[in-house]
Amino acid sequence: MRHRKEREAKIIASAADMRPGEKGVVTSLEQKGRGIENRLRDLGMTEGCVVECVGISPLGDPAAYRIRGAVIALRKRDAVCVAVAGDRV
Amino acid sequence: MEYRYRVALAGNPNVGKSTVFNTLTGLHQHTGNWPGKTVENKTGIFRCGDREYAITDLPGTYSLDAHSPEEAIAGEFLRGGEADCVVVVCDGSCLERNLLFALQVLSLTGNCVLCVNLMDEAEKRGVKVDGERLAEMLGCPVVLCAAGVGLGMDALTKAIEKTVGAPPIPPKTYEAYGRDFVTVAHTLASACVRTAGLPDAKDRRLDRILTGRITAYPVMAALVLLVFWLTIRGAGYLSAWLEGGLGFLVGYTRTLAVGVFGEGWWISLLWDGVLATLCQVIAVMLPPMAVFFPLFTLLEDSGYLPRVAFNLDRLFQRCGACGKQSLTMLMGFGCNAAGVTGCRIIDSPRERMIAVLTNAFVPCNGRLPLVLFLAGAFCTAGLGMAQASDGMKAVLLTLCIVLCTLMTLAVSGLLSAFVLRGTPSAFTLELPPYRMPRIRQVLVRSVLDRTVFVLGRAAAVAAPAGGMIWLAGNIAVGEGNLFQYITGILDPVGRFAGMDGVILTAFLFSLPAAEIFLPLAYMGYCGTGILQMESAQGIWGLFAAQGWNGVTVVCVLLFTLFHFPCSTTLLTIRKETGKWRWAALAFVLPTIIGYGLCCGVRFIFG
Repeated sequence: MRHRKEREAKIIASAADMRPGEKGVVTSLEQKGRGIENRLRDLGMTEGCVVECVGISPLGDPAAYRIRGAVIALRKRDAVCVAVAGDRV
Repeated sequence: MEYRYRVALAGNPNVGKSTVFNTLTGLHQHTGNWPGKTVENKTGIFRCGDREYAITDLPGTYSLDAHSPEEAIAGEFLRGGEADCVVVVCDGSCLERNLLFALQVLSLTGNCVLCVNLMDEAEKRGVKVDGERLAEMLGCPVVLCAAGVGLGMDALTKAIEKTVGAPPIPPKTYEAYGRDFVTVAHTLASACVRTAGLPDAKDRRLDRILTGRITAYPVMAALVLLVFWLTIRGAGYLSAWLEGGLGFLVGYTRTLAVGVFGEGWWISLLWDGVLATLCQVIAVMLPPMAVFFPLFTLLEDSGYLPRVAFNLDRLFQRCGACGKQSLTMLMGFGCNAAGVTGCRIIDSPRERMIAVLTNAFVPCNGRLPLVLFLAGAFCTAGLGMAQASDGMKAVLLTLCIVLCTLMTLAVSGLLSAFVLRGTPSAFTLELPPYRMPRIRQVLVRSVLDRTVFVLGRAAAVAAPAGGMIWLAGNIAVGEGNLFQYITGILDPVGRFAGMDGVILTAFLFSLPAAEIFLPLAYMGYCGTGILQMESAQGIWGLFAAQGWNGVTVVCVLLFTLFHFPCSTTLLTIRKETGKWRWAALAFVLPTIIGYGLCCGVRFIFG
């Protein structure tokens, strides 16, 4: 049981809890009704694309992500809509 | 008349569309390294061979499904089939993402040219693009170029020439490469783009300093200080030089005119009213503007501005505003009217309105010299320094900017809590690669542009205002003249807030342009509407003799920072929001706040 919990902690849940340097693959984009999903798709953030957190603003929010070669800043409240699969580094 | 072919420039934000546009047309559209610089369609003409082309620079968009007003503009333009040829501009170092948009355009019209721009930068980053292969796979001409240095522009004009001449080409489908645009773009990019290592390692290293937890704010403060210090230093030299030259010129021509025509009221009107105001605006106001603006443009060109927005976003989030508002604020430093137009980069109407209404809380280029003058005055009158040092002035100016930012945040918070309620909308901000600013080009361009702009404005506004003030100072009303009559009415209102009637009248009369405040106040004190060429020290000497003390300076400074925006800005607000109501609010809001602050200062320190 303890073993499983540890493994879960090592897994990234959404783009919002990525730390700088961590990489993952987008598994789904949640529709929260504020148009964030469409915005992200326009930016090339789609299921299956690799996303890497490259930095966090000095005040802790937003964070910057590398998506298809471009760096995009997202606020935490928007980044939670991006489900990401990846390992902690 | 021969047929004028229509060419549209489309593409993601910040891929250099405006640079391509400028290079093709020879125009000088303002460019900058941040997404959202261009928010309006701009059209220019260029000739090539015996054909004439009208080329339209569309605002940058990430997709043709309109999620924001400027995207809607671009989408409508392309869907309407108004263009004979669409040039899709792409960033060579970020081709895959750019291809997503290119594919959308290609699915609308086949008459396209793909312009892979910024190739010089891409190559430096170790990115190689196989243009021929890409052209083959896409089935449309592909030109690799670097518009900033003029590379590949001939090939681009040739490709445009060929495409507009061709009969309409049906839109293409790319089923062979994948089901949807994302897979197609990925297939194309992996077939035609070669990268060596991480292309943006340098940018990330710089980001670690410029947006780092410990370093970000000190660096920001240091940059602001440096920019102001350079402005003050440079302006000092320019000012001295201009005062000497213009003072001599005005004096000499006046003597000449008197010698030829004899003394007359119209000579006084022209030389003591119109010309003197004009010269004072040029000598005292132009130098800080002409130095600050290019420095700011250099920062803009480097790609630092989006980082400022990134660093400050949390604060704006707290106030229910959009992080891009810091970009529009920064534009406001140049010109509040431009800042208001720039608010179009904010997608949510609510957040855009907040940004529009609070833009005037940032002192524009026209108010900067006045703030600078008052900072100098504060050094002598408030701090008791014998000679105001440039360093001290720069520090005071920086403090003013901090105060303006805090006020913007506070007012944004109040507006979003009481007037414009709602939840923050989705926020995405692209952090573009850093670019070495093209120093020589930027300096020459923006110094010239700014100088011409200020001179034009001075001629259009300061000269007539000078004439008006002369008339107001020489038309008799009762005991005194018209000017004294107005200042008499406003005097108690001004005195209540630590100022006086002349100051308020000068603020009122400088509604068309804040640049003319100083000459107006000066003339107001002289009483007769006769203005002499004076240096900043000379003006201050007169003000001090009129009873200005430390408190007066602080009050005038606060009111300069927070009062009604100029008439151009108000008209722009009316245009952008569609209602006079909002323009009225933008007039009243800062005025009340500024007046309130002044009252506070007077009651505490006066």
